[in-house]
Amino acid sequence: MGAYIVRRLAYGLAVLVGVNLLTFFLFFTVNTPDDMARLNIGGKRVTQEQIDKWKAERGYDRPLYWNAAENGGAKLTRTVLWERSVSLLVLDFGRSDSARSTDIGHEVATRMGVSLQLALPLFLLQLVVSVAFSLLLVFFRSSAIDFWGVVLCVVMLSISALFYIIVGQFLFARLLRVVPISGYAPGLDAVRFLLLPVALSLLARLGGEARLYRAMFLEEMGKDYVRTARAKGLAEQSVLLRHVLRNALMPIVTSAGAYLPYVFLGSLVFESFFGIPGLGAFVIDAIGGQDFAIVRTMVFLGSLLYIVSNALIDIAYTWIDPRVRLA
Amino acid sequence: MGFKFVLLWTDAALWAVVLAVAIGLRRWLALPQSRATWAKVLHDAPAACSALVLSLFVVVALADSVHFRRALPAAQPGAATAHDARVESLLDLALARQHAMRETSYSAPLAYLGITKESMVRDGQLVRDHPRLVHGGAHLADPSSQWAGDVASRALAGAGGGLLFALAIVALVVAVQRRAFGSAAAAWRAIRHDRTALPLRALFSTVVAVSLLVGAVAALAGHYHVLGTDRTGNDVLVLALKSVRTAFVIGVLSTLATLPIALALGVLAGYLKGWVDEVVQYLYTTLSSVPNVLLIAACVLMVQVALDQHPEWFETGAERADLKVFLLCVILGVTGWSTLCRLVRAETLKIAELDYVQAATAFGIGRARIMARHIVPNVVHLVLISTVLSFSDLILYEAVLTYVGVGVDPSMASFGGLINLARSEMSRDPAVWWSFAAAFGFMVTLVLAANLFADGVRDAFDPRARSRRARLRRGVVT
Repeated sequence: MGAYIVRRLAYGLAVLVGVNLLTFFLFFTVNTPDDMARLNIGGKRVTQEQIDKWKAERGYDRPLYWNAAENGGAKLTRTVLWERSVSLLVLDFGRSDSARSTDIGHEVATRMGVSLQLALPLFLLQLVVSVAFSLLLVFFRSSAIDFWGVVLCVVMLSISALFYIIVGQFLFARLLRVVPISGYAPGLDAVRFLLLPVALSLLARLGGEARLYRAMFLEEMGKDYVRTARAKGLAEQSVLLRHVLRNALMPIVTSAGAYLPYVFLGSLVFESFFGIPGLGAFVIDAIGGQDFAIVRTMVFLGSLLYIVSNALIDIAYTWIDPRVRLA
Repeated sequence: MGFKFVLLWTDAALWAVVLAVAIGLRRWLALPQSRATWAKVLHDAPAACSALVLSLFVVVALADSVHFRRALPAAQPGAATAHDARVESLLDLALARQHAMRETSYSAPLAYLGITKESMVRDGQLVRDHPRLVHGGAHLADPSSQWAGDVASRALAGAGGGLLFALAIVALVVAVQRRAFGSAAAAWRAIRHDRTALPLRALFSTVVAVSLLVGAVAALAGHYHVLGTDRTGNDVLVLALKSVRTAFVIGVLSTLATLPIALALGVLAGYLKGWVDEVVQYLYTTLSSVPNVLLIAACVLMVQVALDQHPEWFETGAERADLKVFLLCVILGVTGWSTLCRLVRAETLKIAELDYVQAATAFGIGRARIMARHIVPNVVHLVLISTVLSFSDLILYEAVLTYVGVGVDPSMASFGGLINLARSEMSRDPAVWWSFAAAFGFMVTLVLAANLFADGVRDAFDPRARSRRARLRRGVVT
């Protein structure tokens, strides 16, 4: 187990380095820092001095990959690539590219809490509701309930999440005035603002997930132990809940685990639609303002979370199914 | 009046796909076993009906993919002909009347009045009231009494025409089927009780429903705005129809861009194993570890900067918007190949151990030849399944990307753009709901049809996979 985790971490580090190289190439080679400076300063006529000043302020005034002017190891370390990569790996995100040049690390820390408030209850509720709904369909399999339930799922997954949001906001916030249209308040007040986005997000993903889980359950239903359980006289609901649910938990955890990074990163669309100042809204603003430092940080953070959550899922396997050994 | 054909990037790619699919299907259908598999897809009622609906969308998308620019009348005799900066398509020609019926601002579906009040002089007095539309319902002398009757009679006439067309098709099919069933009456009975090999009853219902709808809409579209107009007075129906092509371009070309990478790397990794496998696995792990939207956003931002700095790359605005969509497809492809690659690699690992591959190796056939002749044809079904499955996902994805601001150019009609506008329009008072409704109707129909078709294809081509569908067990009591 210990050796496994060490190997896993080493591979994760290699992947992070790869991600970093990829984004660096995207952001600095496709467009040079000069282009970026011109874009951020804005205006038609940008002098070379302004560009140099902008680059010097943000540490982009060194060569990208190879600094021939230095000696020895400094040829490699006194470059934009090295400095940017090392600071990212120690989670020092620096300042944003825009004129306001906010401290990215601080923003991320405060906004992640907000994103978690929306995403964590959503993640747990999503799992419970989708599993419950699919279990219901499986319990009534091959009946009209199952058939029309699956039809409903297909229709629901064919509707874009944006439609759910617009209709939900129109109905509950504008016509019925049950909840505020958008906005956010810290503390317990947040519940009022988070109710609608959580409910709508739940609805938007229910169709696809319930259908997937139903297929997973049905696959388990075909196995021999289910027949044994029935043969020894167990009621259908205890076959489902005591045996099938436990065995199907593994694929369900795998597919639900894919959402784990987004629990921390927040949802781009939902946060910006409902005016919740989380990480998702932060990214949207950064994309709108073409702030590359923020986008690069978020890409890095996203892949870090992906690697960590995948390792967590693997460790969760050993807990769900003691037969699994990590080696 | 001269024309100058304009071959946009996405046009070329779309038509190339059509050609490739036609050739591929012909060669594929030459094999009896794959003919049987395709027959299985068509014998499945939801899949067959959605294939029919999808083909209508394909016709719209392809008609919108033949572009040209009109020649302008020469300013002075002997001058070189200049061409209009506006790029039009065959679909625009078909919708010329709707293009010409441009209003000044919002109007509700089928309305004859505008939605915003204006000051006007009536009987010598200045009043504020809803103005008459310039084109919508303009033929009515006294709209308040004639409007309902006119709309109803036109819609009924159109639907009647549609019904006649549908009945003609039904009669034709029954006549053809007469041979197999002995008499036309027997054929009709078989169809009515759903005892035909092809799900003809379901197909007929689809044909009738679609013809009724299209007939009614076509009859009304000449004199009214069936789905209303948007802020600048454009017909929303036209916008929605033009969005179909954008959805198709993104759905088809993006998956197409993933195929070569995913197939090549997946087969190489699964067959050669060793360090090649390690490298490929590292590549797709790295790629899939980045949150998708962020990576796409990053790439699109880079492309935007590049496009902004090279205005010399395109002659017209349409070409610029088109190049942007094309690059978006490439980006979606280059960032999205990891899932398919993983599947292909796993399947190749399995196939490489099978006897016929071992036999081929024993005969001394080269590795490249084994991969090309024995492995690739046996993973093609995975490629097909993932292509049709990802089509609907990509259409939904386009809407989100456009909303985020890294999608289609705002000058190009797209479902994402329509939804984006609808968001602010819904909060107006009175709410402008029709562009939202239009985007919703078109998108749900398209995505639902694509999903149902994809399910049929998956069930037919990969019988071992878990089926996502429910079937009613008829007459069996369990």
